[in-house]
Amino acid sequence: MYATLWRLLPGPLFVRILLLLALIAGVLATLALWVFPFVDSLLGPQEGTVGP
Amino acid sequence: MTPPTPAQKRRSARRPVRPLSVVGELLVTSGLIVLLFLGWQTGLNNVVVANQQAGAAAQQSQRLSKQAAKKAPAAASAGNVPVLAEPADYEAFAVIYVPRLGADWKRTIRQTVDTTKVLNSYDAGVGHYKGTQMPGQIGNFAVAGHDSGWGNTFIDVSKLRLGDKIYVQTADGWYTYAFRNFQFVQPDQTGVIDAVPMASGAIPAERLMTITTCNPPFHAGERLIAYNTFSSFSAETPAEIVPHITANGA
Repeated sequence: MYATLWRLLPGPLFVRILLLLALIAGVLATLALWVFPFVDSLLGPQEGTVGP
Repeated sequence: MTPPTPAQKRRSARRPVRPLSVVGELLVTSGLIVLLFLGWQTGLNNVVVANQQAGAAAQQSQRLSKQAAKKAPAAASAGNVPVLAEPADYEAFAVIYVPRLGADWKRTIRQTVDTTKVLNSYDAGVGHYKGTQMPGQIGNFAVAGHDSGWGNTFIDVSKLRLGDKIYVQTADGWYTYAFRNFQFVQPDQTGVIDAVPMASGAIPAERLMTITTCNPPFHAGERLIAYNTFSSFSAETPAEIVPHITANGA
């Protein structure tokens, strides 16, 4: 899977490395900004409130 | 054996993807994502949210100071304590300072204890229980905040010591409370936010403030309650809080 991804990246080695780093940064940002907050909201209340 | 030619190398690199290796890579990736999530939940997100909440509280504090300067200070001069009308839902009406929680610890208080709109919000963190009294009012001014997660708002509340000051700033001025005692309760014991705590329907004579948060940290099994008694109101900024107003960043 990752070998295929690496093969699909165009350009010489340093361009591929730059592209790969950009992809990783994009994935991490997506996780931190959207995926993780959503998953956290599914994990049940961690609230500090009292209520019935 | 001759070394493989570049053409041979390319051919071997293009060998078909084996399904099992894809499964293995997916498993390793999902394991990494779970670890990343834990790091995000217990670390990164708290630092980011805490900084943003403190920064937003600093701005809110300045706005309230400007509003207070426009108001006639006569209300407080006679020794009476001004009481705000209960604000609309989600309205930011106060800023809370607790020096024991850190030199730069400050949070905006908004109406209601809604999880996403108030407690997890990047510009609030502390919510006022709708229907409980307002700052300085006789009865119980009850607020809630996270213990751990989403900025670790009240993670250090258990470090409060008898008499520790809690400052609540509104558009009228500064209300000072002093920490009195803790109580550990179950999440459904709403009596802690009654006008007279744990005495539903009783007529209050004291001005109390109640902080509710989760206990223990990173779990939500119990609630930690911190009761505070009103000590004074001042239209002027109390001298001991001035360095906390300017302190910023974590």
